[in-house]
Amino acid sequence: MDLDHIQHKMFEAIRQPLTADEGMRQRTLDGKSLRAIANEIIKPNDRLTSFERLEIYNRQYWFRILSALSEDFPGLRAVVGDRRFERLAAAYLLDCPSQSFTLRNLGSRLEGWLRAHPEHLVKVEQVALDMVRLEWAEIEAFDETAKPQLSEDDLPALGPDPKFELQPHIRLLGLSYPVDDLLLQVRREEAETDIVSNAVTERTRQTSRRRRLPRAERIFLAVHRFDNSVYFKRIDKEAFTILCALRDGKSLSEAVDAADWSGRPIEDASADVQQWFAYWSAQGWFCHTNQVRNK
Amino acid sequence: MPANRFNGFTEYGVGIGLRIPHYNHILSKKPTVDWFEIISENFMSDGGRPLHVLDQILEQYRVVQHGVSMYFGSVEPLNREHLKRLKALVRRTGTPWLSDHLCWGSVDGTYSHDLLPMPYTFEAAAKTADKIRQARDFLEVPVVVENVSSYAEFHVSEMTEWQFLTEVVERADCGILLDVNNIYVSSRNHNFDPLEYVNGVPHERVAQIHIAGHSKFEKYILDTHDHPVIDPVWSLYARAIELIGPTATLLEWDDRIPSFDEVHDEALKANRYVAGKVSV
Repeated sequence: MDLDHIQHKMFEAIRQPLTADEGMRQRTLDGKSLRAIANEIIKPNDRLTSFERLEIYNRQYWFRILSALSEDFPGLRAVVGDRRFERLAAAYLLDCPSQSFTLRNLGSRLEGWLRAHPEHLVKVEQVALDMVRLEWAEIEAFDETAKPQLSEDDLPALGPDPKFELQPHIRLLGLSYPVDDLLLQVRREEAETDIVSNAVTERTRQTSRRRRLPRAERIFLAVHRFDNSVYFKRIDKEAFTILCALRDGKSLSEAVDAADWSGRPIEDASADVQQWFAYWSAQGWFCHTNQVRNK
Repeated sequence: MPANRFNGFTEYGVGIGLRIPHYNHILSKKPTVDWFEIISENFMSDGGRPLHVLDQILEQYRVVQHGVSMYFGSVEPLNREHLKRLKALVRRTGTPWLSDHLCWGSVDGTYSHDLLPMPYTFEAAAKTADKIRQARDFLEVPVVVENVSSYAEFHVSEMTEWQFLTEVVERADCGILLDVNNIYVSSRNHNFDPLEYVNGVPHERVAQIHIAGHSKFEKYILDTHDHPVIDPVWSLYARAIELIGPTATLLEWDDRIPSFDEVHDEALKANRYVAGKVSV
């Protein structure tokens, strides 16, 4: 039996979902005997059968990735409840196992997967999806690149109708529920952890306090990093529209025109835009564009 | 022997792992520590706090990179994106050597995030050594491989674990990160004499030593890194130092992490063995 065959056999076995009491199943999901697979590749010893030795790795696989996902999405856990979270996390990781060398990316496909599996979010679908979008945005904002900030001196190089480039760490979200407040509340109670060496992960069954879910309210957020901390900044709908347009490569005038100003006096709108740009600049949300670099 | 081509001819003393709960203490108190080991994957991002903290640490301390997901033993090719990011980090830290594990952990692009044990065959040794050479050539830094704790053995194995380790490092011409806690854990799980292991590896290739605590269960021992080092592991460490000479040593404490001082004090116990004040 060659190395390739052993690795495929063993990996298939350890990826099988655990039983309700967190043991290894008797059969794979497609009906193969896990006892036979274990006996074929793994030696027993005087204390453990081949099955029991393989089971250690099966349990370890699931404990590690379930813990990692749970640490990344405490807000989703708070929204759907502990039991439902455990079920959906296991189902998600079975369908979408890690395809990255880092656990940081484990939840990258969670929003899309949940949209395809709304049965896991009965009665809380939209608030849960909003929460997942916010939590993934937070993960991305935490360690995405920050480019050199645009300064006032750089502005002439941008021309009369400039195209502002947003920092890569900024994420813009239009949400149906104010999940930012809930997530901040949950985050305050979480301890930060990192990936550790080859230590075995013990099953840390996290539990979240039952919380009152927020009422529906349309909000717009810029998730950004300032001084190495991630912030959720609520912004007006018009500001959101402008930022989205700038992100998508529109010029300043095109971006401002994209917003809906109906019912607002032009003077007020103009003052708002000036105020927003002053704030965004102070926060370093704009970065050097090719125009500035070439100059 | 302590300074050799596998650890960049350095003599680093006793270090500890850089862990988040200790960041504030380290950055504010600036305690004297010989060196820190970082988990490379925690700092292979494009920006933000991890790299900011790392840069502050690098201003004050020597740092060595330790990886957990290179998977030299996986049949599939090395991940080029991983290698590129790792190389960028190597340039940032100036690590004199870089370690990862003698294990496998991915199949067809899917990652287990675990350190899975190797079958000890000549085929596996040749394939693994080839990947270690590729990584070293790309990264342009000495690569050393660490023996892992294991809970299973394979029918197809053709040699002992320490013979396999020797076969791999000699084929790859690389160094060893000798984890004496892992040797102890595996010896209990697989009924072999841990001293035979320590005696049997090529000592001239040992670039670094790991020490750690573990958890004992009814039928096996798990490598949990959440306890102080136990006496039998210190005895193995003493024997290793006797054979190898004073070698860069690192205490791993990754779960239920106590205060910085408690972790550092535990690590510094290694100096008693290095100074020969405690006999085997």
